[in-house]
Amino acid sequence: MTQETILIGLAGVLASAAPVIFAVLGETLSERAGVINLSMNGTILLSAMGGFAAAYNTDNIVLGFLAGMLIGALVALVVAFASITLKQSQVAVGFVLALTCRDLSYFLGNPYMGEPGPRLQAAPIPVLGEIPILGQLFFRQDAITYLSFISIFLAWLWIFRTRPGLMLQGIGEKPAAAFIRGANVNLMRYVYTVIGGALIGLAGPAYSLAIRAGWMGTISGLDGIGWIALSITIFGGWNPSRAAFGAYLFAFLQWLGLVLQPVFTQVPSQVLQVAPFPLMILTLLLVNIGNAEWVERTLAAMPETTRKILSKALRAMRASPPSALGVPFESE
Amino acid sequence: MNIELKNIHKHFGKVHANKNINLAIPSGTIQGILGENGAGKSTLMKILSGFIQADAGGEIILDGKPVIIHSPADAIHHGVGMLHQDPLDFPPMRVLDNFLLGRSGGLFPNRTTVARDFKLLAEQFDFSLDPDSYVDSLTVGERQQLEIIRLLWLGARILILDEPTTGISASQKTKLFATLKKLAEQGMTIIFVSHKLEDVEHLCHQAAVLRAGELVGEIKTPYVTSKLVEMMFGKEITLGERQPAQAGEVVLSFTNISLEDVRLKIKNVDLQVRAGEVIGLAGMEGSGQGMFIRACAGLTRPVGGRVQLNGQDLTGKSYHTYKHAGVNFLPAARLEEGLVPGLNLTDHFVLAEEPKGVFIDRAAGQKLAEDRIQSFNIRGTPLSTVESLSGGNQQRAELALLQSPLSLVLLEHPTRGLDIESVIYIWGKLKERCRQGASIIFISSDLEEILQYSDRLLVFFSGKVSQPIDAAATSVEELGQLIGGKGWANMGDEHA
Amino acid sequence: MLKGRGGGFLFQLIALLLAFGFVSLILLSVNASPVDAYKNMFTGSFGSMRKFAEVLVAFVPLLLVTAGLLVTFSSGLWNIGVEGQVVLGAIATTWVFRYFLESSLHPAVIITLAILGGMIGGAIWASFTGLLKVFGGVNEIFGGLGLNFVSTALTIYLIFGPWKRPGVASMSGTVPFPAEFSLSQLAELRISPWALGIALVGIVIVYFILQGTYFGLRLKAVGKNFRAAYLLGIPTWQYSMYSFLICGALAGAAGAMQVAAVYHRLIPSISSGYGYLGLMVAMLINYKAVFAIPVALFFAALNIGSIQLPILMKLDSSLSGVLQGVLVLFVLLAEGARQKFSKKA
Repeated sequence: MTQETILIGLAGVLASAAPVIFAVLGETLSERAGVINLSMNGTILLSAMGGFAAAYNTDNIVLGFLAGMLIGALVALVVAFASITLKQSQVAVGFVLALTCRDLSYFLGNPYMGEPGPRLQAAPIPVLGEIPILGQLFFRQDAITYLSFISIFLAWLWIFRTRPGLMLQGIGEKPAAAFIRGANVNLMRYVYTVIGGALIGLAGPAYSLAIRAGWMGTISGLDGIGWIALSITIFGGWNPSRAAFGAYLFAFLQWLGLVLQPVFTQVPSQVLQVAPFPLMILTLLLVNIGNAEWVERTLAAMPETTRKILSKALRAMRASPPSALGVPFESE
Repeated sequence: MNIELKNIHKHFGKVHANKNINLAIPSGTIQGILGENGAGKSTLMKILSGFIQADAGGEIILDGKPVIIHSPADAIHHGVGMLHQDPLDFPPMRVLDNFLLGRSGGLFPNRTTVARDFKLLAEQFDFSLDPDSYVDSLTVGERQQLEIIRLLWLGARILILDEPTTGISASQKTKLFATLKKLAEQGMTIIFVSHKLEDVEHLCHQAAVLRAGELVGEIKTPYVTSKLVEMMFGKEITLGERQPAQAGEVVLSFTNISLEDVRLKIKNVDLQVRAGEVIGLAGMEGSGQGMFIRACAGLTRPVGGRVQLNGQDLTGKSYHTYKHAGVNFLPAARLEEGLVPGLNLTDHFVLAEEPKGVFIDRAAGQKLAEDRIQSFNIRGTPLSTVESLSGGNQQRAELALLQSPLSLVLLEHPTRGLDIESVIYIWGKLKERCRQGASIIFISSDLEEILQYSDRLLVFFSGKVSQPIDAAATSVEELGQLIGGKGWANMGDEHA
Repeated sequence: MLKGRGGGFLFQLIALLLAFGFVSLILLSVNASPVDAYKNMFTGSFGSMRKFAEVLVAFVPLLLVTAGLLVTFSSGLWNIGVEGQVVLGAIATTWVFRYFLESSLHPAVIITLAILGGMIGGAIWASFTGLLKVFGGVNEIFGGLGLNFVSTALTIYLIFGPWKRPGVASMSGTVPFPAEFSLSQLAELRISPWALGIALVGIVIVYFILQGTYFGLRLKAVGKNFRAAYLLGIPTWQYSMYSFLICGALAGAAGAMQVAAVYHRLIPSISSGYGYLGLMVAMLINYKAVFAIPVALFFAALNIGSIQLPILMKLDSSLSGVLQGVLVLFVLLAEGARQKFSKKA
């Protein structure tokens, strides 16, 4: 394999991770505020279809992306309304929406099946694109991939560096403490769920108008991506940079699966495509095991010094979800 | 800042939590607020700090101006800052982020200036806090210090502290008191809510005592301890006829037991409980009695020492082993821990019995439920879900779930919130158990109940446990002092 | 009135009307007549004996999955991994059939063993989710989802790898089994009375477990209040595991039916999404076993009834999924609205 093909492959990895990045960042924002948006898998499909249809009908690719975001925001609004205002289980509502939106996309997308439509073109950045290696990896992509790079940084900046972002952390962590500091907890939860939903909705057109342009219904190969993004959100420990790393790792492993195909001819490609999953379960286990009850009990029975060392090690691995994730808030 | 509270009332449904409270606190004063659990202290403080609003007609006047406080954030605009018993901060975040959260300003907080302000304030009070460490690595005392300077930075001129000396070290307490005195000298008004008489006597210029929602008295320094105790607990306690136990064999024996949690350490307790005996655990909430009774149930594993039940070594065994050995525990939070909301009374009684075969005999279950409902005088039907019952009836249902025979019954606040008829009824049932050879250990914040029903009692204060005290030979006065942390020197230093 | 059962019924009725209204609007938006669509779906599922038999073919795995999920929901668990448990049931059944391909045992014995194998396969797969939850602290939703993907990969690996057709492997699945390995079917119809019987027995057993046994009562106590159940002396985590095992076995039986009574081989999408659909049925019946049969039948009818839509009306058959989803969604929202109203009243 030449350096050239490897570079092209890696640049492809960066591009193909873009939709997952948007979805993971959106989910991270939503969960940081305390709301699990489990509808992701359906939202991505519906926004992919809706975004394609909008761009196809208006012949305007930007409108396609906006339509996708609007769809994502609307679905998230249903999740927010059901869980914050009606206090229903976020998991139940999100799951139902995941299936419903998926089927709705197949149903409404029927007329667009296999139609040729607009596609986002690569937009190499002058000068920067000429840098050897780096230029080819980062600066000869399309606009949506650039946007994914910027989004990672912006999300990180927002959550960890800005005043409202700090409050966002607080709202998901201890809403009562955020409330006494003047936050309108439930309103903010609405806002972040809807913004997060819009970002998730960006993932759909990022497929249907860029990476896998067109709408192919059930054979689009998009079903399942939302669930993957959900796992990556946990893997990412609700931190945009770690989540982005997870998304790139996932895309890289999938690419590796394709590359290694000729080496392991007896293993079907579909299997290598899902190879990251056992790995993901293993990571979830490492990340979560510190939360298990028996670990606590076993630790409690140990001598103080061993106990302290072990719990430190567990803590270092652990990615703790926002403490108030999924918990409704009422101020007295 | 001068504070004036006028005609403050607060109803929660039928409960009258604050009754016509009038209180004036001049600027620069450290005001103590004393009272038992449930006396209405925290309701009053929640009103002042904006969590809840008083009933119409009440007035809060700050520096002569009537104000309406809509929310905790609004309170701080008016200069009222509150330090909660469990600090309302964000443990996984950094100290500096905790410090600046809630202060308005530009999109990007300027951490350099914030850090400078933080350092200045911390130095002023001699707090050594690292702005870059995470809050969950701090002690409770340090988290308090962080909250104090945060509130001052936000412009608080009234500081309310709710039980601030629980869970902090002696040196942190000394520092806290020095800080509060310094702040008062600078013209701040401090409201110090506590049940610890010694702390109040030591620190406060004046104290107000609440009982059953009413302000029953105000005292200025110097204090007469007996007077304070009398106001807190009421002077006339009419003891019913006591029924001394016919103490039998040793049922439960604790040898050199030590317990630990994040807040408290209980060290080297020895206790022997005999069949038929009732042991009351007295103390303000969170003084260690909850951890102690859970250790008796096998729910908390002691970090040291040995537990024996009827001669059998149960050290380190699971809760279910304890239960099989005849220990039953009735927690205070009935619907959270004791009963299963959504299941009806019949379901509960069936669950508590040993299964007979695979299928539940509906008719027998119904019969069992009817019998228990009748003999425990529960107002409900076999098909009533437990959450539809009143508190008293839930408590009776819990009692009716106790297995038979039993060696040891453990109860948390068995009669809290119940009407007098239920109280008498429940204790009648419990004493019946004692006559059948069971021993009882119970927690209560009601001194009257403790004195009337226990044979011996233990007093808890900040993790310290008294020697067993003969209930017949003590008085409300003596107990009140011990609960408030006074007179421990005379108890001997075995447990210190 | 809002507080009583009548109130609940009223809200559900409103939810039902809103759901049909909403789906009708969707249909109108694509210039299709809602009345025609519903009518075609009805005749597509109940129009002839053959069609109704197809409905029953879909009803069997759906009912088995729903029965299993009623158990996990009772113990407070969101067993989203049920989809993978169906798949593993199918894989295990296929494995048993392959193992006995050359055997001289009576086919009835082999079929019985294959179904039992499927149940064991599903239960083992479910136990992974359970172990991850109980000992690893991994939420059952994420553990289950991950295992679902692994199960799909495993199926494809087997079809294209060790179990591939002689010559060339393809998405059409493994080599079909000889005719004597299939559960006997009614003349001219694809439905096997045996499969139907097994599904009905499954739901009846679950109904009795939940309604009449100590085991079921304890499961419910664990699901409704884990802490109190523990204090009442119930071994809580063991009960969580039991409920995973039971659900896995029933889901495995559904997978076994797909192999032994429907496809007669292993195909890539052997579970046909019945695991996820079962979750919807369980939510719609508010986790009450008595309604499982009619609602599962209704959902199966929607699935089958929509198959003809592409030919008759040029509409995608996913309309059934839309209708099912919207229905569950509105019922959930109505329940939330009812609780909000009755709290205020």
